[in-house]
Formats: sequence, structure tokens, C-alpha cells
Amino acid sequence: MTAPTLGDPRPGARRGGLRAAFKRRDTRAAYLFILPWMIGFLIFTAGPMIASFVLSFTNYDGIGSTQGVGLANYKQLFDDPSVAKSMMNTLLFTVLRVPLQMAIALALAMLLLRVGRAAGFFRTVFYLPVMTPHVAVGVLFLMLFNGNVGVINKALGYIGITGPSWTTDGPWIKPGLVLISLWSLGTTVVIYFAALRNVPQDLYEAAELDGAGPWGRFRHVTLPQISGALFFTLVVNTIGSLQTFTEAYTAFYGTGQAQSYTSDDALFYVVYLFQQAFQFMHMGYASALAWLLFVVIVVITVIQFRLSKRFVYYEGDAR
Amino acid sequence: MTVLDERRTNDAEAPGAAPPAAKRRRTVGERRGPAGPLGRAIRMILLIGCSIAFLYPFLWLVSASFKPAQQVFDNALIPETFKPGNYSEIWDAFPMLTWLWNSTVITLAAAVAVTISSGLVAFGFAYFRFPGRNVLFALVIGTMMLPGTVLMVPQYLIWDWMHLSSSQLPLWAPNLFGSAFYIFLLRQFFLGLPRELFEAARVDGASYWTLYWRIAVPLCKPALLVTFIFEIQAAWTDLVRPLIYLRDPELYTVPRGLKAVLDQFGEGGEWRWEIVATASVIVTLPMILIFFLCQRHFTEGIATQGRKG
Repeated sequence: MTAPTLGDPRPGARRGGLRAAFKRRDTRAAYLFILPWMIGFLIFTAGPMIASFVLSFTNYDGIGSTQGVGLANYKQLFDDPSVAKSMMNTLLFTVLRVPLQMAIALALAMLLLRVGRAAGFFRTVFYLPVMTPHVAVGVLFLMLFNGNVGVINKALGYIGITGPSWTTDGPWIKPGLVLISLWSLGTTVVIYFAALRNVPQDLYEAAELDGAGPWGRFRHVTLPQISGALFFTLVVNTIGSLQTFTEAYTAFYGTGQAQSYTSDDALFYVVYLFQQAFQFMHMGYASALAWLLFVVIVVITVIQFRLSKRFVYYEGDAR
Repeated sequence: MTVLDERRTNDAEAPGAAPPAAKRRRTVGERRGPAGPLGRAIRMILLIGCSIAFLYPFLWLVSASFKPAQQVFDNALIPETFKPGNYSEIWDAFPMLTWLWNSTVITLAAAVAVTISSGLVAFGFAYFRFPGRNVLFALVIGTMMLPGTVLMVPQYLIWDWMHLSSSQLPLWAPNLFGSAFYIFLLRQFFLGLPRELFEAARVDGASYWTLYWRIAVPLCKPALLVTFIFEIQAAWTDLVRPLIYLRDPELYTVPRGLKAVLDQFGEGGEWRWEIVATASVIVTLPMILIFFLCQRHFTEGIATQGRKG
């Protein structure tokens, strides 16, 4: 038996009315401890959300007089071609990136098993790119993926492939950004590696006795056992990808003469939101854009949770 | 995901605390058996190949930062002409020292603020039973799921309303109020502490503050350190908030500065990529150093994060 921890239910919890509870010393102390968060929640989360909702029905631009415009901003979302374009860019990027990232990270994590002490070294190597600031990743993208002189196309040239103009040819920009984003998949590798190491060995032995081959063991033991970690990374990476900003903005948007590329193939949703809000100061419209993104993220996450009920296995579940 | 299921998150033990011996099963992590010499060799070759691919961009970048302009794209890892002058040139062309100082101050302020405040709040949620606790904690979880970009505009307007929208304050001051993710993480650690310790101290007449400061904090130092270094990374690498709030180049952080360097010397500018590479090395290097100093905490922190899932 381990000693009871703070997490265990407390025996003999006090009873009494709500009013009595609020008079107790420990209740007051508890609220003092969580006070910073409560203040922050009101000022930086709840307040802004309400403000943003109200603003989305106005033409607020920070300078002129503010008027209510009803649903005009939301109607404009559907008329503005840049909204559809940037949303498609973002969804395509996410659909390409998330599965690739999960598959490659899983393959790397599985390679890390059973290489003994060397695993620590390789894990470090795979994690190192995560430490690189996104802005530097955007810069690296421009340099390594340059169509004429970049090292990627040079390498492709050695094996007889003429690489595309990753940084200037519209249709190739998103695949290029997906590839450079895969460089920083170390977090996912670390999570999978930790999950894989916790798979009980006897399950593999039992599966082997039942005549399961390597694929069978992977499919029926490994995948269900790490499904919690897989699902966690799916949700987190999807939400992250839908909010992609820094790499694309660094490489393709900026001040003055740096706008070398003016087509909208690198226009990600958050980049467009950022432009509307902080370049054109269309705060009302930007608020409506933000709410649309919020709804899209919530819908996608809810769908993922629904599907997860069928695929995610938790030990001790009687599902 | 167990984040929403409190019953499960409650029994997750803090890393380091060994699970009860009777329940323990052998895991793959403990398997020592060889995969056969051939299998092992193939694994090693694949891993070394991948490692080269992961390390190559770093080597390329560092090497480019020591090259003259016309050799940047010759793809030789050892510069033909060694030109450390790029570093002094960027020092003269941009207020690099100011940017480094700004970044350091903001990063430290952000990390210290979030560690202290999140620790307090997490202890409040872990130790006490009080009316409204579950509702409020559900709100913490809720904000953890809230996409940051949704709040970008209204948070700006709040700072603007306080006439602070072109200062460095918005980059770290919100951290004074705790951050949902760290509150959640730290609460998990506090929940794993033995109750006896606190009860004994209460009998001796210790105040709640003493319980927190003298018992909980010393025992959860590793978790607080994870919070601290995670926030160092987050604050140092952020570009979004510096883009929104910092107008005056004297106030820039290093990532915002790198963007300015790129705009002047990169694609649409003077096409002097060796300067851009030099700035990229300067922004990245501190993070690499932090990582090597605190490597164990990074990987353990992330593994815990995944275990919650």
C-alpha cells in the first residue's frame, strides 16, 4: 500500500451549507491561492472573448467611429475569396502534415526501441530542431528549399530529379512548408517513445504464442496500447497546424520590399487574420475571422473525440 | 483524452514515484533481449541516416554564417573562405546587443512570472476542497483547449485601451496570472504528494503558506523547473506577439530582429543570405545551450505531457 496522496479522496469530508463553506478559513485560503488565475481569466480570457464577440458585429478599426453592422462581417466571410483560399490552404497543409508527422514520428520512435543506450543520443538529435525558433525555421525554408541554389534541389539533382521551385511556384509552396515542418517532429517522437516503452512485454509474448507475426503484433498490441498517445498527438498537432503562422509569415510576408511573392498560395488562415487585424486594422472583421476559426477547430476536435471512442484503448476500460 | 476525465488524471502518479510493486508489469522499455545482430545493425544505420538529415540544417546554417556572400549556396560544410566578419558586420548593422538584452529580460520575466503564479494556483486546486473548485478547474482545462489566435485581437485591444500596446509588457505580463497548461501540469505533481506530510505540519500549527512554500515547493522542484524551462523556450521563440506589439526597433526581441534582418537582406532585399544565416544562428544558439543544460527535463516534461493523453 502506498500512503494516501493529495489526490486521494479525503476521508470524513466536512459537510455543511454553501454559506458555511465560504466562511471557512481554508476556503478563503484556497481562493487566495487561485486568485491570480481568476483575475487573469477575467482580464485575458473571458473579457476578451466577450469583447471579441461583440466586436465581430461592428466595424471597429481603432480610429473612426464604431458602428454596429449586424451580421455584415459574417456575411463577408463567405463573400471574401481570401477567406476560402486561406482556409483551404490551411486545411490542405494540416491534412498533409499531421498524418505524415505521426507516421514518421512513430517509425522513428520504434527504431529507438532496442538500441540500448544509444536511444538517448538519437532522441536528443531528433528533439534538437524543436528548440529552433519558428522564425529561423522559416528562414531555413527559404535557403534550403530555394529552387535554383537550395541544397534540397541540389540533392535531388544528384539522383536525376529536377526539383520544383519550392519557394516561388504556387502549388509547391505548401508541400515544401510541410516538409520543413516535419523537421520539428521531435516532440511527437518523445511522446511515442515514452508510450512504447510502457507497453507490457507479456502482451507481445502472448501474441507470439497465438501465432501473431510482426505486423499482427504491431496492429493488435502496439497500436491499441499506444492509442492514447496517438490520439493526444493527433488532437494537439491538428490544432497547432490549423493555427500555422510564423513559418509562412516569415518566409512570404513582411514589410516593404520583402514581399517577393505576392500570390496567395502561402496565405494561411491566421496570416490573413493577422493582416486584417494589424495591417488593415479591420478589428471587427478580424474578430469574425477569429470566431470562424474557433468554430472550425472545435468542430474538428469534437469529431476527433467522437472517432476516438472507437479507436482509443485505455487500460481498465470495459468498453 | 483523459484531460477531460478527472478520475483518470487523479491516479496518474508523479514521475519518479514508483508504482506499487505488486501491480508492476514488465514493459518493453525494460526488455534487454537483442533483436538479432542484423536487425540491430539495420536499426542503427537507419537511425544514423535520419540523424544526419536532422542535424544537417544546423551544420549548413552555422557554416553559411561563416561564408562570404557568393559562397553561401555552394553547399560545402567547411567554408572555402572562412569569414567570421559576418558576426561583427551584423553587430554594426543592427542593435543586436539591445535585441539580445530585450529577449533575455522578457524571457526571464515570462518564465519567472508563470512559474510562480502557476505554482500557487495549482496548489490551490490540488490541496483544498472548496465550493466551486470543480467548475473553476473545468474552466482551466477549457482555456487550455482555447486556440491562442482567437484571443489575439481582443487582447491587443485591452493593451491598447491601457495605452500599453506598443510596449514590451504584453509579452510577459499576462504570465503573472498563471497559464492553464502549467497549472494543469503542476497540479498533477502536487496531487502525488503524501497527505501525511501536510497533516503533520498542520498539527504543528503551520500556515497554508508554509505548507505550500516549505513542503509542496521543495518536493516539486523538478516540475517547477520543467515549467520554467518550457516557458523560456516559448517566450524566447515567440514571433507573433513581438510582431503585434513591438513597433520601435529598439524594443525588438531577437526573433523579431531576425525577421527585420530577413526583410532587409533576404529574398526581396539585398540577397545577402550569409547575414541572415548569422542572425539565425544568434537566435537559435541560446535555445540549443538551454537544451543541453536541461535536456533531461525537456524529455521528461514532454513524456509526462503525453502520458496525460
